[in-house]
Amino acid sequence: MKTLEELEAIRQKTLARISLRKEDKEEAVRVVIGMATCGIAAGARPVLTAFMDEIGRRHLRNVQVTQTGCVGMCRLEPMVDVITPDGNKVTYVKVNPEKARMIVADHVVNGHPVTEYTIGAAEQQA
Amino acid sequence: MRDLSLHLLDLAENSLRADASLISLALSLQEDGALDVVLEDDGRGMEQSFAQRAADPFATTRTTRKVGLGLPLAAANAEKTGGFLRLDSLPGQGTRVHLRLMTRHVDCLPLGDLPETMSTLVLTHPDRPDFVLALRSPQAEGRFDTRDIRRALGPEVGLQEPEVMDYIKQLLIEQCQTVFGGLIL
Repeated sequence: MKTLEELEAIRQKTLARISLRKEDKEEAVRVVIGMATCGIAAGARPVLTAFMDEIGRRHLRNVQVTQTGCVGMCRLEPMVDVITPDGNKVTYVKVNPEKARMIVADHVVNGHPVTEYTIGAAEQQA
Repeated sequence: MRDLSLHLLDLAENSLRADASLISLALSLQEDGALDVVLEDDGRGMEQSFAQRAADPFATTRTTRKVGLGLPLAAANAEKTGGFLRLDSLPGQGTRVHLRLMTRHVDCLPLGDLPETMSTLVLTHPDRPDFVLALRSPQAEGRFDTRDIRRALGPEVGLQEPEVMDYIKQLLIEQCQTVFGGLIL
């Protein structure tokens, strides 16, 4: 069983790490996931979990995962925006957990957007 | 929506948008298979006249378009099992959604991944609001409260720390399994 005492150990460990990290002022990459009714129905929740999971597994500290509402393109959900510190935004459409992991590896970590999953590529096909 | 947990995530999004500081979700399974789900928030609430129309797909506060499907879909899924959706709200007082599902009805949706719904909510809103999950079945009771976790962690350590996230996920899975484990809803 999980106990609140366990949190005390986590607290100690994390406090030590936070003090090390204070200097680190790198700007965050933002990952924004559409979580309106349409997004959730299309599978946004496992996509969000995959992002969180992959970011945790790679120990990425400067990535912020947030959510937004419906942007009016429900047929392309689940949609994800990746916004890099330089202000560039790339919109991915019809994302699934596998695509999410690839977006983390290629775009968030290495800075190369996964062109084939972007809204531009989807619109060209249509 | 494929399961109840997705509906609950969707309804909780309404509470988040209403700027709630506390969102609590209670699931209580009765002996006869009736499942009462109560979602309460202390957000801005709504006028009674709007609350009465909220289960209508063409009632929405959105200005971008004219439909809102969250509540109507949840209401439809409750009603087809012989249950209901009841909405109470007052401006400035928050909102309460009560869903009743008859889980033994053949059309009842499965419960789905309730821990994932909760962890999604908590982990994308690590600072505010607080979330409470209270679970009850004839066999057991369970509880999850981010206020307890915050208290134990102190002000310096946030819920977004990876170790805390893991703890939260495991705690939720454990609580849900203890209360509803082995039960096909």
